[in-house]
Amino acid sequence: MELKINLDDIYAPSEDVVARDIQGEFILVPVTSGIGDLEDEIFSLNETGRVIWEKMDGKKTLRAIAKELAYVYAASQKEIEEDILGITKELFNRKMIVEAKPKK
Amino acid sequence: MGKQFYVQTKNIRESRFIHKKLLISRLDIELAERCNNNCIHCYINLPADDLLAKEKELSTAEIKNILKEAVSLGCLVVRFTGGEPLLRKDFEEVYIFARRCGLKVMLFTNATLITPHLAELFCHIPPLEKIEVTLYGMKKDSYEAATRVSGSFEAAQRGINLLLEKKIPFVVKGALLPSNKEEIDEFEAWAKIIPWMGKPPAYAMFFDLRCRRDVRKNELIKKVRLSADEGLKILTRNKSRYIKEMKIFCAKFIRPPKDKIFSCGAGCGGGCVDAYGKFQLCMMLRHPDTVYNLRCGSLKDALENFFPKIRKIKATNREYLSRCANCFLKGLCEQCPAKSWEEHGTLDTPVEYFCEIAHTQARFLGLIEKDEKAWEVNNWKKRISDFVKRDVIN
Ligand code: SF4
Ligand code: SF4
Repeated sequence: MELKINLDDIYAPSEDVVARDIQGEFILVPVTSGIGDLEDEIFSLNETGRVIWEKMDGKKTLRAIAKELAYVYAASQKEIEEDILGITKELFNRKMIVEAKPKK
Repeated sequence: MGKQFYVQTKNIRESRFIHKKLLISRLDIELAERCNNNCIHCYINLPADDLLAKEKELSTAEIKNILKEAVSLGCLVVRFTGGEPLLRKDFEEVYIFARRCGLKVMLFTNATLITPHLAELFCHIPPLEKIEVTLYGMKKDSYEAATRVSGSFEAAQRGINLLLEKKIPFVVKGALLPSNKEEIDEFEAWAKIIPWMGKPPAYAMFFDLRCRRDVRKNELIKKVRLSADEGLKILTRNKSRYIKEMKIFCAKFIRPPKDKIFSCGAGCGGGCVDAYGKFQLCMMLRHPDTVYNLRCGSLKDALENFFPKIRKIKATNREYLSRCANCFLKGLCEQCPAKSWEEHGTLDTPVEYFCEIAHTQARFLGLIEKDEKAWEVNNWKKRISDFVKRDVIN
């Protein structure tokens, strides 16, 4: 499903994915079928991806997450927002996150 | 900010984490020592209705606790085996629990108990590892001569067809028995229709004796074991491939072990929980001195403290010290503490059956001369390097 992602949207990890940290490697293990492209694949997030994933708690908007990250990373709010929109799209298309509030 | 790619799709295998010194990357669990088949060659099948065995088995909660601990230690894969793991009434619950903990599941099964419901479950919640099905014959007669259960052939066919229909990734393996050894070509041709095979099926042929040392059943197993020569004939059906593989193998893995009895990876990065909660260094080794009771301990304690102690055990058997300790075929030969336990009830007694198999292969490969004993060979390094360099003539 193509999705128009908005910075005011809120997302949460899907219940059909288990996030695990195995010795510093952050991986997402699909539970149900249809996550990602191939069924037997496990996914890994890099450091930035992991930070964003962990902030997607079903309460914060993407904009709020970007704001929090702007304190930590030496990048402009705009750059961070673009990154967040990118990863959100990628994770959503792989059904790894769900919208916490339905779009109006 | 960061790099552009956040989600990398990778088929991450547990081996990826081994170099990171994970205490456990893969765990084997024998869900039951019981089986609904009664295979003549099997090292572990108690009757499906063995009440005593059933009563002693780990409870659902105990299995879940073991899985939880394994996950907390970084384990990525659990292999459910048996006996026949699908005999357990709580299989579905345990399976879903494991997957919801973020484990990949490997399932070893005879496929006879795969129902439409279970196939649907594997579709909806895929195991993430190919299911491994052992097939004992291509025809009712040959199959049931091995399983000794009427109707088991049709049941296995039904199970396999369900996996095919539902496109659930699986591979098949064989066990070479007097009743089916003429069917290899047919088996391999059929196996090609399974989209997930990738390579020809593997076979069990040099069967292990009973893991609980059952003298009566051992006699049956000995009767259906292939001889060393028969085994060699099968191994060398594709001679150049066999020699090519053996060159790589021998260059890497064969050498005299001295008084060390563990040359393998048993107990490193994993182990096997038996149906009653005893944690073993590997699936085969059940010598009572080498198993750890998880009912009054933890995986962590076993992996950190108990297994390393066991792995340090040195050989004391004089025969082993004069033969195997100096034998450069160790590695090619399956001699190990588990085989010694099954055959002799000790950890370090040479097993003649495996000794003969290793010598037969070594003679074929030109590593030893006729009548030569591998443990008497001093220039073994040269022999291996000459073998590795030699051209293969078909
Ligand atoms: S069966 Fe023998 S060689 Fe294999 S892991 Fe066990 S102890 Fe080691
Ligand atoms: S070939 Fe024989 S002597 Fe050599 S390791 Fe095996 S059992 Fe021991």
